[in-house]
Amino acid sequence: MIVLKDIRKAYRTGANLLQVLKGIDLEIRGGELVSIMGSSGSGKSTLLNIIGILDNYDSGEYLLDGMLIKGQTETESALLRSKYIGYVFQSFNLIGFKNALENVALPLYYQGVPRRKRNELALAMLERVGLKEWAHHLPNEMSGGQKQRVAIARALVADPKVVLADEPTGALDTRTSAEVMALLTEVNRDMGKTVLIVTHERDVAAATQRVIYLRDGVIENAHLDPRGLSTAMDGVRVTNKPAGDVRP
Amino acid sequence: MFDNDRWGEIWNTLSRNKLRSFLTMFGVGWGIFMLVVMLGMGNGLKNAVLGGFEGFATNSAFMWTMPTTKPYAGFQKGRFFTFDNEDVGIIRRNVTGLESCIPQLQLGGWQGGNTVTYGNKSGAFSIYGCEPAVLQVEAVRIPQGRFLNEADLRNERKVAVIGVEVVQQLFGGQPPLGEYIKVNGVYFQVVGVTKRKSSAEMGDNPDAKIYVPFTTFQKAFNALNEVHWLTLVAKPGVDVADVEKQVRLVLARKHKVDPTDEGAFGGWNMQEFYNNMNGLFLGIGGLSWFVGICTLLAGVIGIGNIMLVSIQERTKEIGIRRSIGATPKAITGQIVQEALTLTFIAGYIGLLAGVGVLEAVRRLAGEADFFKNPGVDLFVALVAFAVLIVAGLIAGLLPARRALAIKAVDALRAE
Repeated sequence: MIVLKDIRKAYRTGANLLQVLKGIDLEIRGGELVSIMGSSGSGKSTLLNIIGILDNYDSGEYLLDGMLIKGQTETESALLRSKYIGYVFQSFNLIGFKNALENVALPLYYQGVPRRKRNELALAMLERVGLKEWAHHLPNEMSGGQKQRVAIARALVADPKVVLADEPTGALDTRTSAEVMALLTEVNRDMGKTVLIVTHERDVAAATQRVIYLRDGVIENAHLDPRGLSTAMDGVRVTNKPAGDVRP
Repeated sequence: MFDNDRWGEIWNTLSRNKLRSFLTMFGVGWGIFMLVVMLGMGNGLKNAVLGGFEGFATNSAFMWTMPTTKPYAGFQKGRFFTFDNEDVGIIRRNVTGLESCIPQLQLGGWQGGNTVTYGNKSGAFSIYGCEPAVLQVEAVRIPQGRFLNEADLRNERKVAVIGVEVVQQLFGGQPPLGEYIKVNGVYFQVVGVTKRKSSAEMGDNPDAKIYVPFTTFQKAFNALNEVHWLTLVAKPGVDVADVEKQVRLVLARKHKVDPTDEGAFGGWNMQEFYNNMNGLFLGIGGLSWFVGICTLLAGVIGIGNIMLVSIQERTKEIGIRRSIGATPKAITGQIVQEALTLTFIAGYIGLLAGVGVLEAVRRLAGEADFFKNPGVDLFVALVAFAVLIVAGLIAGLLPARRALAIKAVDALRAE
């Protein structure tokens, strides 16, 4: 589903060139539930943005569903995003003046789905994430966990092949984190979506099938067993440090 | 454009910032309002003044004699001379582009008043010796009876056509037709009544005039073969100044006046006057357009500014929309439509207010001489609107480009 070959990406900050990704080779098959871990600045968010066609890369090749993603116009990228990608963000990124139903229906609006059909699909998706009764509430009337479930419903409503989640539990407490992870797991298991989660929480990573560990812009381990991860964690004294800083 | 959801979005964004939306719209509305009101007022003034020319042949000129200012052919300067009957024939034969040359006489000279009596009533009026063709340049209607005709002229009939004020003063409520009035001791039978068509006065008040046949005048008032002044009407499409020039040359030769003696002939060129007036109103109109468009521009720039600010504020929102599949076209479309909606509504309100004010002024001014039917025509309104739409388009497109210049991923990071 996702094939990356020697992906490189640098950011220019003033006179300095900051190499963020230094040759990423990666393959994620359809239907996988994968997490990407790594310390802050290891380039995991940048990688996710490239996979989500929100950002471009300097060199290498990115194949999405067999298609080379390179040099598309902004319009083509938008259409690809709309067809293939569902996004879940750390800060939910719901549109504040739209209620849950409108937020969920928005991707379909940009696909030109008629309003009635759109609202039907959006409501069905809200029901699926257990928020049917909240359809007409604004985001600021909901808890963080609820907001993230709305965001997941929005990511799923257009039936994308891949769901990308950037720190989906980063703003949530442990219990709601678990709920959201349960939902994402379900999305992978029952709906057959390829799910890619960037995180630095081991609990989250442990819930996935495979962990990709990123360090300073290169993949240190692309096939870390999450069970092994939890074992590796045993005995390590975690204080306030984020889990991602703990080396396996 | 006719997408319900799009309108919903627009209503959403505009109503979230009510005061700002209102202030923005005010700028544009004010611009259109000013444009409409100024153009309308200019039109009112123009209608009133140029309307005064209604009925006058504007391609006409008057010409009279003055003392010569240059010595010529043995004569000293300062010599007096008079037009005569022969001149009329010479002009008619020798001047091209001439529609008519009408000789005229007035009792007591230019703007002279004369005592006219009927029964025991009397009044002072101006007496004109005229040919029937004078109707070409006199802006009068004939509500009763008839005007002078060729037969009156040929037979030197003692008939008169009198203005309505003459009728009022001499006859009161009595019917004047067929009655005899006494002018300088000579009796004339009233055959018609004239009433002015327009408010402008070229010379005497036309309603206080008495017209008698040219030939009768010469006989009855001892004018021999004199002509006091000539009225020249140019053929359509011919500049009357051209005709005037030819007439001067012809008459200079006939009366042994230096052909270069400008001062020997007095003249009043109606067309020139009319053109001057027209030029004045052209200037007023141009100024109105200039100021109006500038005000409008200021308003539109305001809208562009506000759109920029609003786009800036919504960078993140736009980023979110793009991340879930909004194409640049969809984003641009929404922003442009927002700007257009603002300008359109504001412009429409401004237009309505402007037309409303003009209507109020029209009612208040009523029959005032200096102001008549202020208003703008459809074309002007359409042009103003076209300017507005184009400007609104630009005011939307520029911020939209700005919004899309930011990468989606950076837009998402904005706070």
